[in-house]
Parts: sequence; C-alpha cells; structure tokens
Amino acid sequence: MKSPNRIFVIVFFLLAILHQDFWNWDNASLVFGFMPVGLAYHVGYTLVAVAFWSLVMKLAWPNKLEEWADGGDD
Amino acid sequence: MATLWVILIYLAALLAFAMGSKRLFRGTSSDYFVASRSIGPFMLLMSVFGTTMTAFALVGSTGETFETGIGTYGLMASSSGLIHAACFFVIGIRLWAIGKRHGYVTQIQFFRERFKSDGLGYLLFPILVMLVVPYLLIGVIGGAKTILGVTSAAGPKPGMFPEAFAATNGGIPPWISGAVICLVVLCYIFAGGSRATAWANTFQTIVFMAMGVLAIVLISNKLGGFGAAIEAAKASHLVRTPTAEAGIKPLTFLTYMFIPLSVGMFPHLFQHWLTARSARAFKLTVIAHPLCIMIVWVPCVLIGAWATGIPALEGTPPGAVLGKMLGILVKDPIVVGLVTAGVLAAIMSSLDSQFLCLGTMFTNDVVLHKAKRTYTDRNILLMARGFVVFIVVLTYVLSLVLFKKNIFDLAVWSFSGFAALTPLVLAALYWKRANKAGAYLSVIGATVTWFVFFAMSGFGHEITVLNGVMPVAICWVVGAVGMVVGSLVSTAPDEETVAKFFPRL
Repeated sequence: MKSPNRIFVIVFFLLAILHQDFWNWDNASLVFGFMPVGLAYHVGYTLVAVAFWSLVMKLAWPNKLEEWADGGDD
Repeated sequence: MATLWVILIYLAALLAFAMGSKRLFRGTSSDYFVASRSIGPFMLLMSVFGTTMTAFALVGSTGETFETGIGTYGLMASSSGLIHAACFFVIGIRLWAIGKRHGYVTQIQFFRERFKSDGLGYLLFPILVMLVVPYLLIGVIGGAKTILGVTSAAGPKPGMFPEAFAATNGGIPPWISGAVICLVVLCYIFAGGSRATAWANTFQTIVFMAMGVLAIVLISNKLGGFGAAIEAAKASHLVRTPTAEAGIKPLTFLTYMFIPLSVGMFPHLFQHWLTARSARAFKLTVIAHPLCIMIVWVPCVLIGAWATGIPALEGTPPGAVLGKMLGILVKDPIVVGLVTAGVLAAIMSSLDSQFLCLGTMFTNDVVLHKAKRTYTDRNILLMARGFVVFIVVLTYVLSLVLFKKNIFDLAVWSFSGFAALTPLVLAALYWKRANKAGAYLSVIGATVTWFVFFAMSGFGHEITVLNGVMPVAICWVVGAVGMVVGSLVSTAPDEETVAKFFPRL
C-alpha cells in the first residue's frame, strides 16, 4: 500500500473511534444556545468527514484502475 | 383543502416532468434499464442521495429523536457520512471499473461471473427482493402516515374530511394515499425507465432538501426561535444517557456503525456503480453525500427534539410526529402542503429506483439468463414492467397490513440485511482466494442469522442482544466467517477468474 493510502486508512479508523464521543454522553449543555452538544459534535464530525473524503479524492484517486477500466493493459 | 391541492399540483408537476424526460427515452430496453450510461456527476449525486434518504430520513429520524433523543443523528447520520462515502470509494469505484471493462449491468450478473455460479444468482435474487420490500414499505407507510398527520384532526385543528373519513379523524386514510403514491411512481417509471427516474430523483431531491429547510424555519418561528424550542424540550432527549424515557446504550451506538455498510449491497446503487458514465462522476457523490445527509438530518433531529416539549404531542406514534408538528404549528395550508410535498418527494425518489432495479434484475437475471428463446425488446420491457407492477401491488397490500409498524425499526431491519451481505462484495473485490463455496456460506449464514433475529424481534421491532449489541454486527461477522471458512476449505478460483477481476495495477 502506498504511503498516503496507508495514512488515510489510519485516519479512517481514527475517525471511526472518534465517532464514539463517550465524553459527550451525559452532557446536556447547548452550543450557540440552541444545539445540544451531543448533536453539535456530530455535525462537526460530519464536516470533518467531508474534509477527509475531499483529501482522499485529491490524493488517493485510483488513476490506474480508471485506465484499466477504459481498456488499458493489465 | 388548499393543502391537498398543493400536494396534487406537486404530483401533477412530477408526472409532467417525467413525461418530459420521456422525449429523451430511446424506447430500447437498454435505455430503459441504464439510461445509456448518460448520468453525470450532479444527477448521480442527487440520484444516489435521493434514493438513500427515504421516509426513514425525514419521518423516521424525527420520530426516532422524539423517542430516543438527539443521539439519533450520531446513530445513523454522522456514521453514514464516514461509512457511506467509504463504500462509494472502496466498493463503488472498483465495481465501476469491472462493470465498464466487462459490461456488467446488475449485481447478480457481477456475482455470477465473479464466483462462476448460476445458482448463486438464483439464491441472491429472492434474498435481495425480501430485503428491498421492507425498504419500499417504509416509503409507502411513511408517506401515508405523513398525509394522515396533516389532514386529520389534531388539537383544535379539525380534520380535512370529517364526514367522509370519520374513522381517521377526518384525515385521508392510508389506502388512498398509499395507492396514489404507488400510482404516481409507477407512471413515471413507465414513462421513461431509468432516465425518467434519474430526472425525477434530481427534481425531488432538490424539492425535499428545500422543504426540509423551510419546515425547520417555520416550526422554530412558531416555537419562539431555535433557543426557546430546545429549552422547552425534555432534558432526557438532549443527551444519550439511557433512561426509561430516552437514550442509547454505548454498545448499541457502537454496533450501529455496521448499518451504513448496507449501501455496499443496495441493488439500485450497485447498478449505478456498474453503469455510471465515468468513475470521476463519483467524486462529487463521495464528497457531497455527507453534507447532503447533514442538511436533511439536522433539521429533522431538532424538530424531533422540539416535539418532546409540546404537550399536545404526548403519546403520538413516532411516524406521525412530523405530520402533527406541521398540522399543529404551521397553520398556513399552502405551506403545510409544500412541506408535505417535500416529504413525498423524499419517499418517491427512493421508491422509483428500487422498483426499476427489481424489474431489471428479474428480467436480466431470472428470465433472460440462459433463456432458450429470443425475446423482442418489446417483450423484455413488458416483462420488466409486469414484475414492477407485481412488486408495487405487493408493497401496497403489505403497507396496509403493516401500517402501524415503526418505520425507523423496519428500515433498520432492511439495512441490517443488506449490511450483513457486504462481506460478499468486499471479498469478491479484494480477496483473490474468495470462491463459490465461501460466497454460498456467507450469503446463507448471514441471511439465516438475520432471519432468526428478525423473527426474535417479532418481525420488525427493535431488539438488541448481549446488553446492547445490534443484531447486524453478529450477522455481519457470521457472513465474514462464512466467506473465509468456505473459501479456505475449497479450491481456489482459477487463474482466468483472478486475472479478470483483479487488475495488476
């Protein structure tokens, strides 16, 4: 596996762990006065996921697979 | 009555839109099934997102938050942001490459070729239909519940038809709204097949996203703003602590992560991947899909939490919460009609792709596969449409029988079944040693385990095992172990198969 791909796999599993935010479980405080912190965290998490996938698309796009699909040699 | 007129005008506009796309329909069976591989990035995103987000997302998430609290967003939405995109990237792009190189159209066609087994196709077809039907059901039931919610009496608001439909408090009964939803979807599928479906999905996805935003603004205004609305909500619903009233167990929250894997085996998405024009069309979907989920789910979860602070909604069935909120708080009938049209848009944009995909699979993988006679294009289209009508009628009848089921729970069961089958596709794409025996053992093991848990749940209720573990986690492990054991104890695939499906990159 190439180096950027390995890093993305590690970050992916790190994000999966961060999804469990056990530290917010009992926290009823509000962010910006209207959003429960348990919800605000996961909204932020979604935005981080978007940034993560944007980077994956930019740096780990499978160009060779694309060429193969278009009829290139194995 | 104005509400009903707005809904009817929306449905008519949708039909007109689909008829417009009929002009582009080339009249051939291949155009009917795959729109001649002409779907670009934006339509692919709208189509994939519109199909994935159904009544489950709008009506179900509001109702589930009303029952268990704001943890609902983490359960399904934020995890989907990570895992759906991973499935699109890890499974979708590779499938696209293989589909393009070898000309595959359907999921079953791919698995048959990969595992060199006709029988696997005949085994998979009924299992996929069995899992798609609950997915279809939540659409029809969710739509009918929403229409019932906005048209029936609630608090001081009288029902729309108090004399004609006294049994439903003046609301439109499910047998009428369910029939209308099914008929409209059938009409536009028949108009132009996958092309009409893709256009209609794009149109409907934009409508339901816009109406979701409109709904939250209007409802929050009536509740005194976002801050006042959340202050009035029950404290138990603003955290995830498990109590008698709400909350989620940590193990349940963790094992829910398996459920978004289901997108890796949805037949309609599989078909999108195999037939998309270019791999680059997926880039937008991978990146923007989590954002689209957020735009739809955050308003719904907030509305569900706010609903816990409204005494008039005490005891309301979860599926009716959104409809009742609109009916009680947003009194303007035109706006209520618009938002209801948005809910119907979300529902119908899911139903259409699945109906069409089942017709495609039935025709290509069951009837035409190894057929001894030659069928004309017209005959093929007739068969596909006939099977779609059969599934629509089945869905309609079941929606009436199972109307009281919780649509969030029903959806979770459907998604769990598909998720349990993902070891099959992952092994097919990434493990050269995976073979026919492993595939059979994986499919049979995962399906039997799923069915046992489904029966234990009383056929569609929420259950967890081992102090909070979601059944999907166990079904997935059984499927994965079946694949590994079955493959290792039998002969490895021949070199020709390995060379065909595993490019040396």
